[in-house]
This record gives sequence, structure tokens and C-alpha cells, in this order.
Amino acid sequence: MRNFKVLLIIIFFNFSFSSLICEENLEKEMKVYKNLRCLVCQGQSIADSNSDFAQTLKLVVKDQVKSGKSEDEIYDFLINKYGEWIVYKPRFNLNNSLLWILPYLILFFGGLIILNLFKKRKNNRLN
Amino acid sequence: MKINFFKLSVYFISSLILILFLFGLNKDNTYDTRSLINKDIGKFQLQSLDGVQEINQEDLKNNKFTLINFWGSWCAPCRKEHKFLLSLYKDNTLKMLGINYKDKKKNAEIFLKDLGNPYHFVGQDLKGKISVSFGIYGIPESILIDSNLIIIKKFVGPLDENDLNEILRLVKSNEKF
Repeated sequence: MRNFKVLLIIIFFNFSFSSLICEENLEKEMKVYKNLRCLVCQGQSIADSNSDFAQTLKLVVKDQVKSGKSEDEIYDFLINKYGEWIVYKPRFNLNNSLLWILPYLILFFGGLIILNLFKKRKNNRLN
Repeated sequence: MKINFFKLSVYFISSLILILFLFGLNKDNTYDTRSLINKDIGKFQLQSLDGVQEINQEDLKNNKFTLINFWGSWCAPCRKEHKFLLSLYKDNTLKMLGINYKDKKKNAEIFLKDLGNPYHFVGQDLKGKISVSFGIYGIPESILIDSNLIIIKKFVGPLDENDLNEILRLVKSNEKF
């Protein structure tokens, strides 16, 4: 009877653990799907598309997640095969450096402009 | 002369954004395969259509040039390009590898029997997953590689007479090196 209880507990934990891994993999797959552009559809990620290409890519991503590959490794593989265009979030490189730097530049200059305006107003009030 | 920092900043940011828009909007955003040229095709393992033989990237190193063609019996443009593939089969320096994409074995065999077999080896990719490792996103597509497995040119869509001449020209010009 005692052995039977131990066996039940082991089975229970085994199921819980495998379902946890399964859920983690599903989340990871979905995250990757959302960042991959469907090359044959206009403005859709493969998560939103039911095209043949999207279905095939989903299978490949699923396999790679199952084999324990990280998100970056999956993106690297697909960028190598389809180019940077396949991912929605581009990586930092010389070609897209402005895309990454510009928001910070605008924030910096915008902040300076606002600061300057405040200073001017303060000076006007004092005068 | 006192420099108006505020105006200068506004002009600078506005012109920067305008220039970016000008360049960005004029850029062609349609996907092409230029980035794949001069790249290695990578590793693959392919089973023949009859399921008897297997082929991998190492086998292609024995060929001076290989044209890897992705096709399916259900694909109408594949029928259109078939006569050009049959012409290419006659070229001695070029080996033809056909990859049957998401197809039924029986239909693929009928297709080759009716229209002729232009391939030295016919492989099968039942789920389309192998095609992803070649950067394929629809069929027909063809990839011309050399003996170092480097992509010389990728053809998206059915091959036509111009492509046929280009393949023969590329094979001849690369053969000299």
C-alpha cells in the first residue's frame, strides 16, 4: 500500500513537471512567433497568419524550442536563412543604429528645449 | 550674434526626421534573397522520393554546380518551369537536385512520369521543414550552388528563358575560376 502511494506521488509530480515545461515552451514559442514576420503576408507576424509559410515556420520553431535552443539561437538561425527582415525587432548594427539612438537623441534634445523654455519663463517673470 | 539654441534644436530634429522619412519611405521593403548570395547552404539530410536513399550536403561537394529546385505536383507554376529544368538537365557541368515540397509521393511520381524527370536526385520534404533551412518561403524556388556549397544565385518563382540563360552563363563564368 505504501509503495503504491509513493508511486502515485511520483506520477503526480512527473505530470506536474512535464506540464510546467510544456507551458514554458508554449510561452516561448508564442513569443518567438510574434517577433517573426510572415514573408508572404502583408504586415502580419507568423503568430497571426495561417499561411503555408507561417505554418511551416511554426513547426520549425516548435522543433527548435523542444530541442532546447534559446530565443536568440532561433533568431540567429532564421536571420541566417531569410535575412534580418524576418524579425520584427531588429538587432543593433551600423545600418539601423539611428533607429535605436534617435529616440534617446530626441529625448535629450527635447529635455534641453523644455529646460530652456522654463529658464526663459523664469527670467521673464524675474524681469 | 546670439545663437538661438531652441530654434536650432527644433530645426535639427525636424530635418533629421524628414531626412530619415525620405530615405525610409523610398526604400523597397519587399523581401528579396540578396542577403543569401555567397552564403553556405548549411547542413541538411534528405531522403529520396522512394525512401531508399539519403543525401546530405557532403554529397553535393562532388558536383561542380548544383541547381536545387523546390517543386510540387500541386504547384501550377512548377509545371510552367519544367521544360526549362529539362533543358538544364542536358548541361554536363550542372547537377539537378529536386526537392519535392509538401506533396504526396504518388502525385509526385505521376508528375515526373508525365512531364519527364529533370533531376539527378529527387528528395522529399513532406512537412516543408527542410526547405526552411534553405531559406525557402514558397515554391517554385531554385538555388544555384557551387562545389563549396556557396549560393551563387537564388531564383524565386518559376524559371523562365532568361533565368535558364543566366544559369548557364553563371555556370560557365564560374567554371573558369
